[in-house]
Amino acid sequence: MDWSPNTTQQTRKSRAQMLHDIRAFFLQRDVLEVETPALSQFGNTDPFIESIQCIQQKSEGSELRYLHTSPEYPMKRLLAADSGDIYQISKVWRAGESGNKHNPEFTLLEWYRVGFSYQKLMQEVEELLSIVLPDLPKKPQFKTYESLFLEKFNINPHIATNEQLIDCVREHIDHLDTEGMNNQSLLDAILSFCIEPEFESSHLTFVYDYPVSQSALAQIRQTEHYPVAERFEVYLGQSELGNGYQEEVDSKRNKQILSDENQARKDFNLETVKEDRLFLAAAEKGIPASAGVAIGLDRVLMCITGEKSIQKVINFPWDKA
Amino acid sequence: MATVSTSEFKSGLKFILDGDPYTIVENEFVKPGKGQAFSRVKIRNLKTGRVVDKTFKSGEKVEAADVMEVDMEYLYEDGEFWHFMEPTSFEQHAAEETAVMDVKHWLKPQEKYIVTLWNGSPLSATPPNFIELQITECDPGVAGNTAQGATKPATVETGAQIKVPLFVEEGEMVKIDTRTGEYLSRAKDS
Repeated sequence: MDWSPNTTQQTRKSRAQMLHDIRAFFLQRDVLEVETPALSQFGNTDPFIESIQCIQQKSEGSELRYLHTSPEYPMKRLLAADSGDIYQISKVWRAGESGNKHNPEFTLLEWYRVGFSYQKLMQEVEELLSIVLPDLPKKPQFKTYESLFLEKFNINPHIATNEQLIDCVREHIDHLDTEGMNNQSLLDAILSFCIEPEFESSHLTFVYDYPVSQSALAQIRQTEHYPVAERFEVYLGQSELGNGYQEEVDSKRNKQILSDENQARKDFNLETVKEDRLFLAAAEKGIPASAGVAIGLDRVLMCITGEKSIQKVINFPWDKA
Repeated sequence: MATVSTSEFKSGLKFILDGDPYTIVENEFVKPGKGQAFSRVKIRNLKTGRVVDKTFKSGEKVEAADVMEVDMEYLYEDGEFWHFMEPTSFEQHAAEETAVMDVKHWLKPQEKYIVTLWNGSPLSATPPNFIELQITECDPGVAGNTAQGATKPATVETGAQIKVPLFVEEGEMVKIDTRTGEYLSRAKDS
């Protein structure tokens, strides 16, 4: 039996140093470290993220719980309870996500800044990453989602019809069957296979202002011609490190998002998930205007150590857990 | 009909695409944090040997291929078929020319080959990496000429044309790398 860890001692030290640097960064900025439950009564409704389900056997029957896929909902309940700026470093789980850049169990850093714009939060993400990645070249790229699609394909992703996107996928991606793909998944395919590979390696790229089909829990802004989602993603080279929002604080819209996501689950023939009523109740009380972001720390550690596979930076990845 | 889902994709898995059997050479899981998951695979067509890239949405299903790789002994050729035998069961399989096209010149009776069976019929045969064969034709050796790198053409018992050092004689057994067709050494027992 191969019981031994996949990491070198140097990688283990790099992880400890990274965690130390992150905690020092937030201590200095007066952002409070918090904990929230890993096992919740409610799951993530996002149709593209599967929670791992856990069953607790009880004498009066069994109780279904979900391992959290991110601490987003309970951290927003803390915001609604006037916690102020908060961060959390926690293990999260996403069913079925295995590969060179994915382990179903991974470490996520998530933080919320009250009163921040998402632009200001992007700056802070850059500041944090340049501390944990000291060799990072200065001057990240900032690109709107729209400019990436316009420059590469002359397609405006905010108004493109699914037919236009399907034509683009057929022309540029080998053998992808577009049957059953919605607007979001078509855009994901084009971004993942045609646009991300051209991101400058070893540089940070921030992509911001997403189509509303990609909004998740981000606030929507009306522009002159169409609405855009105030969401951003940060990449190092071609590796996606994190995802952030100008948080949607309108309680009605939050309720609508969760129910729309469950509807999308039905459309994809996926099991629906119990919507987080506690989060929705907190939203009704009022979540303060804030921006939040989540960063995959194992991916960051891959960048620090230069390892090509996430399996080499986790002591005991999925197959050895 | 048995199907396999992308979640079971790994290198070596065989499936049918557009009527042809393929094996997965490389499988990469691609997924934005908040979005659609894909499997990007490099697959080899088991009939033609061509490697191509394909992209699947996670959860897509493909038809499983009834493909097996079996160790077999090569027996003989009858002008139409090339005959192999499973050494444990003595079961014989007849391969068509298309299946042995690439390896015809490395087929030596009693030697072991890996034969890929699709629905029970031979699809391809893979020779061992190293094989010992007799030289059946070459110019006479030049005694004392050990000049580095100097070679001459030679034909071996299976019909393959190779290059051998000048000192090698007709009738000798030589060791050959079948992947490159290169002469390696004189066989030890000759």
